Amino acid sequence: MNEQQGPSANGVRSNPISLNIEFSGGLEILFSNQRDHRIQLPAKDSSGEPANIMFLVHYLCENLMKDRRKDLFLLHGGIRPGILVLINDADWELEGEEEYLVQDGDIILFVSTLHGG
Amino acid sequence: MGTSLEAENEALKRRISELEAELANRSNHTEAASQQSHPPPPNIANEREVTLSLEEYKRYGRQMILPEIGIEGQMSLKRSRVLIVGAGGLGCPAAAYLAGAGVGTLGIIDHDTVENSNLHRQIIHSTSRVGVPKVVSAITYLRDLNPHPNYVPHVEPLTTENALQIMAGYDLVLDCTDHPAIRYLINDVAVIMNIPIVSASALRTDGQLVVLNNPPSVGPCYRCIWPRPPPAESVVGCGEGGILGPVVGLMGVMQAIEAIKIITKNPVQEVGRTTMTLFAAYGASPFRCLKMRGRKAGCIACGSPERMEEKITRESIEDGRMDYVAFCGGRAGVRVLEGGERISVTEYKKVVDSGVEHLLLDVRDKTQFGICQLEGSLNVPYSEFESSKYEDSEAEAIKSKFEDQPKDRPVYVICRLGNDSQIVTRQLKQAGVFPGDRVFDIKGGIAEWARSGVAGEFPEY
Repeated sequence: MNEQQGPSANGVRSNPISLNIEFSGGLEILFSNQRDHRIQLPAKDSSGEPANIMFLVHYLCENLMKDRRKDLFLLHGGIRPGILVLINDADWELEGEEEYLVQDGDIILFVSTLHGG
Repeated sequence: MGTSLEAENEALKRRISELEAELANRSNHTEAASQQSHPPPPNIANEREVTLSLEEYKRYGRQMILPEIGIEGQMSLKRSRVLIVGAGGLGCPAAAYLAGAGVGTLGIIDHDTVENSNLHRQIIHSTSRVGVPKVVSAITYLRDLNPHPNYVPHVEPLTTENALQIMAGYDLVLDCTDHPAIRYLINDVAVIMNIPIVSASALRTDGQLVVLNNPPSVGPCYRCIWPRPPPAESVVGCGEGGILGPVVGLMGVMQAIEAIKIITKNPVQEVGRTTMTLFAAYGASPFRCLKMRGRKAGCIACGSPERMEEKITRESIEDGRMDYVAFCGGRAGVRVLEGGERISVTEYKKVVDSGVEHLLLDVRDKTQFGICQLEGSLNVPYSEFESSKYEDSEAEAIKSKFEDQPKDRPVYVICRLGNDSQIVTRQLKQAGVFPGDRVFDIKGGIAEWARSGVAGEFPEY
């Protein structure tokens, strides 16, 4: 499925990282009305640090998001309140939040909390 | 003849009460035995004595024979006191299943009345009860479904003034509401009262379900997971976003399942990971189960915050220090234009009648435009104005949408409710697409056009 598995977790690889990005709870509206995206993320950020979740979030904002209402996804430099980030179906808080280093094949799900009833 | 029948009747009645007493006795023994091995769940007040009538044995038999329920479970249900906040799309099915299952006390709180736009999803209300308070309508249905529970109507909104008092009478609360402000209020009071919350929500074709504060003082609360409210402009209700009836119904039914599990839990729930269930009716795999974080030590509702003065207490709620509406940013209407930039539907009708050449720009999405539209209108959805990328020259992007349109005519912008149209009017003016500033917003949108009847009958949706 993935063209290349990352050999290690120490961030030495430089091949792009294949990720499955998913949006739910209405966030897909900001991403061309598409729930599932497959992306290739550069393995390192501009300062050479291995790609973490915050790098991914900014990358998505700049490269995948066509809607100009950026603050519905990213607010004051962080994920907008009301959006949950799930790394392979687990709350990102269980995985180190913004610092989590994304791995080849990860499924990153962004869920906007619903309030209707 | 009459006397012998009466005597027989009396004898039978005596026999029934003997049997009922015997059964009650037996079940009490079972109860006592089970209590020895498993402590009862907190707050499900096991000391409340209940018995089942013969009619109830028959009525609940199909669920009582499940090992998950049994007679102990049925008794727990009858002893339990459940509050449903919101008698809408979630609350209706949840109330029906909990009443049917034999919950002893079922309170329902809602200040709204039944409207016919509720009926595609709020299935225990009815066409004949449009205009009736939802709580009254719901209890009418529920009594007919099962006369045994004690139904407690609360025809009022849940507020900081009444929440502590009302919720004190219950062991479990179902959050079936539709706005974050009230979700935070329910959470904070439930944490103070030590009662679990079964929380669900739905919008469009998606639903979410999570059990919070369960067991109390162990599981995470709403604030552990959502410490900060979403910006008010990102909160979309069913009236604006739409809702598929069975989607919200499913979430309400799932709330009833979780409620039954909590009430009948025996032994007490092991301390496990809290999960959140996501449902996406049109997703590739409709159900997802997500592992959620645990309780936050510094949570201002259920934990010990670093600054103890931030801790939410009975007093801080009661004396009004907690302003939930302000915390969530209210839900103010859009107001970006001056008076002279907006016209009423009546004024627009005059423009139409006068035959003046103009452009009517309808910025609703294509689906809504397909439902009904005014004659000769041009549809450019609001989202297209929002999807021009930042790095594009915004003005150029907007101009390009109107290349084919004559520029010497006035433009009127309409949407559903009169919010999006104001923003588009502002953008068109700033981009200078139509020279001479003859761009006007139509106040109140298509909804006002329909409601006012300015042009005769027009669908309201």
